[in-house]
Amino acid sequence: MPHMLSRRTLAMGLGGLAVAALGRGAAAQRSWEPNRPVQFIVPAGTGGGADQMARVIQGIVSKHSLMRQPMVVVNKAGGAGAEGFLEAKGARGNPHLLVITLSNIFTTPMATGVPFSWRDLTPISMMALDEFILWVNAQSPWQTTAEFIAAAKASRLRMGGTGSKQEDQIITAAITRATGAQFNYVPFRGGGEVAVQLVGRHIDSTVNNPIEAVTHWRSGALRPLCVFDSQRLSGTEKMTETMAWRDIPTAKESGLDVEYLMLRGIMGAPGITPAQVAFYVDLLGKVRETPEWRELMAQGAFNTTTMTGDAFRAWLEREETRHRTLMQEAGFLAGQS
Amino acid sequence: MEELGLLMQGFSVALQPENMMLMMVGIILGVLIGVLPGLGGANGIAILLPLTFAMSPVSAVIMLSCIYWGALFGGAITSILFNIPGEPWSVATTFDGYPMAQQGRAGEALTAAFTSSFVGAFVAVVMITFVAPIVAQFALRFGPPEFFAVMFLSFAAFVGMGRGSPVKTLMAMMLGFLLAAVGMDAMTGQLRMTFGQTEMIRGFDFLVAVIGLFGISEILSSIEDGLRFKGHKAKIDMKVVLRTWLELPRHWAIGIRSALVGCWMGITPAGATPASFMSYGIARRMSKHGKDFGKGRVEGVIAPETAAHAAGTSALLPMLTLGVPGSPTAAVLLGGLIMWGLQPGPMLFVEQKDFVWGLIASMYLGNIAGLLIVLVAVPWFAAILRVPFSIIAAIILVVCAIGAFTVNNAEFDIVLMLIFGIIGYVLKKLEYPLAPLVLALVLGDRTEEAFRQSLLVSEGDLTVFFHGWLSGSIMAAGIALLAWPLLTAIWPRRARPAAA
Repeated sequence: MPHMLSRRTLAMGLGGLAVAALGRGAAAQRSWEPNRPVQFIVPAGTGGGADQMARVIQGIVSKHSLMRQPMVVVNKAGGAGAEGFLEAKGARGNPHLLVITLSNIFTTPMATGVPFSWRDLTPISMMALDEFILWVNAQSPWQTTAEFIAAAKASRLRMGGTGSKQEDQIITAAITRATGAQFNYVPFRGGGEVAVQLVGRHIDSTVNNPIEAVTHWRSGALRPLCVFDSQRLSGTEKMTETMAWRDIPTAKESGLDVEYLMLRGIMGAPGITPAQVAFYVDLLGKVRETPEWRELMAQGAFNTTTMTGDAFRAWLEREETRHRTLMQEAGFLAGQS
Repeated sequence: MEELGLLMQGFSVALQPENMMLMMVGIILGVLIGVLPGLGGANGIAILLPLTFAMSPVSAVIMLSCIYWGALFGGAITSILFNIPGEPWSVATTFDGYPMAQQGRAGEALTAAFTSSFVGAFVAVVMITFVAPIVAQFALRFGPPEFFAVMFLSFAAFVGMGRGSPVKTLMAMMLGFLLAAVGMDAMTGQLRMTFGQTEMIRGFDFLVAVIGLFGISEILSSIEDGLRFKGHKAKIDMKVVLRTWLELPRHWAIGIRSALVGCWMGITPAGATPASFMSYGIARRMSKHGKDFGKGRVEGVIAPETAAHAAGTSALLPMLTLGVPGSPTAAVLLGGLIMWGLQPGPMLFVEQKDFVWGLIASMYLGNIAGLLIVLVAVPWFAAILRVPFSIIAAIILVVCAIGAFTVNNAEFDIVLMLIFGIIGYVLKKLEYPLAPLVLALVLGDRTEEAFRQSLLVSEGDLTVFFHGWLSGSIMAAGIALLAWPLLTAIWPRRARPAAA
């Protein structure tokens, strides 16, 4: 499990970066800060998870006056985010540009062949990881993951998800690979829509993020079967009469060997200086200390792992390889069919 | 009644001086946002959202929803005066609103548009107040086949829109579908028809196309006419509002029908844009003066505006009760709710009574305030037409360019807008109708998605659209509407010999 970054390690990391900057003899770069408004690109549509997180960060930065210059959120959703990433890639050396990344930083270039990867950007900080839960309608007969998988093996079930050849479909393909159960994957526009389709029983199951389905769970319309993480969620507060986030078993406990977490991270344009990176690492660290951020994390039952620097790079490297394997196995790579 | 008690409590929240002030600010900002093409309610609210962090959730949502009402009102202004739809849902308003302005009846058209907007919103709010829980359940019945059926009905209601040849209408519609298909295919995650061009990845945004097709091509036509504006000079006169009001009750049937169409489309949630097109199509079908639609009938303004506003308002209902936004603006508001620490969905009505009823009360008050503000401004808006067109044309061009840029923050869209302007001009010269093209461009994506999702669910079985009673009956209504021109063509032929 990746280590949780405490305040102290963050400070140490910052110290290290500052020393590194000094070591390069770039004294002028020691305390860089933005002198123009910072453009914050969201490579997804308005209202989705990435957009919400970007706007919360923007709101926290302005409410707590964490930065002298304003932060401007811009949605560049075209081509499953390719538009936003290409713009960031093209802005070499521009320190006034940030981009929030989700799994599409891996999946979009692999599925479409549009030329970019995380290596074209400067990783700044992992803010959190988003969880995935296997949901079914509360009126369905499946009480456990095992029952659900048995039913899916007996006859194809309909699995709804957000987008095509992205995280939801990757998880579906991984379930098929692990168990042999077949699904009809039906792509929809957004997580909220997917959840409602499940409430209305137009589909049989989803792998919605917690925040997308929580309200329907609480109202008794949906039932969570398992969470695709190596450990259970941390929330112990009762969400329904009988269950808290913590009571949802992991997929592995339930005999389904599938794990998937989605990156919620921040990156900068390629070629920005260490001092500029350090400024944003510090800024985002302050953002994570605010009550508003904690509230968002609790609401969405996020995995609050954070990383910066080399640890983050190593994580990205691992995940890229893992995504390539997962997508290759599912036949989702561009040119593969 | 429990609802009335809660609503009164809501009013006491909404009527606090601070909230009243935010309401006014919201409406005025919204009207400005609506007037600027491209910057629409969704963008406007997204930009202002972070400012509301310091406010209480009720105050914040009141201000933001008032921006939304304001934008709904404001969208009609440029559509009527300059043939440039400020918002997607006001495209249908241009069909008759602009000809009215050209005939010197801009004041009348604006008054009719604002008043019908108000009526539509009012019907929707009353519905939200009293039948919210039942209606919310209804939305759950909508799966992909039902969505496709609704889209099919929109197209069916609209076929035969253009007065030109059916072949030209069909060709324009196909061109629209073709343009809508460019960009990412949501079903397979593949890029289509982008020819390896980065700029094409985004596909053709409906608003950029519309600004070009309507706004720019109109300017080109005016240049051809020697920069003369065809309209008579509009008088600055408050009486025009009262005169129009005396006229409006005559069209009550259209109003009710359009409001119902709007509410239904808002809840399902198909949104305000298809609602306005569908309502216009139906009004034209049902009217005795159907042939005069597009030449400046006031009904052609009432129908789309009532439906758009009813849909825009009722679109908030599925957002609040199910967490599914019925419109892009609702999607941004949804993000807002989560940020203010509220969880949209079925539990909101149970756990956050103050918030929900404060918002509903503000819908009543916001719309009344909005109507007053825009009506007072009608004569001034109409007076813009008195400015020489050679001056205003340049301003429009700049505003259009800014609008096209704002949609996606992309310079390339300005070029696209100009290209669409030329296409629009050529199509007009060749007498191809633009409306079917625009309809196909705006609904093409969603229609295709719903169709393919249905087939995925049914594993390729085409009869899926007739399995459920709901999708089956909507499809049947659509087919009936499609067959209508054939029926009316046969009908008089039979009736005539008897009359003669």
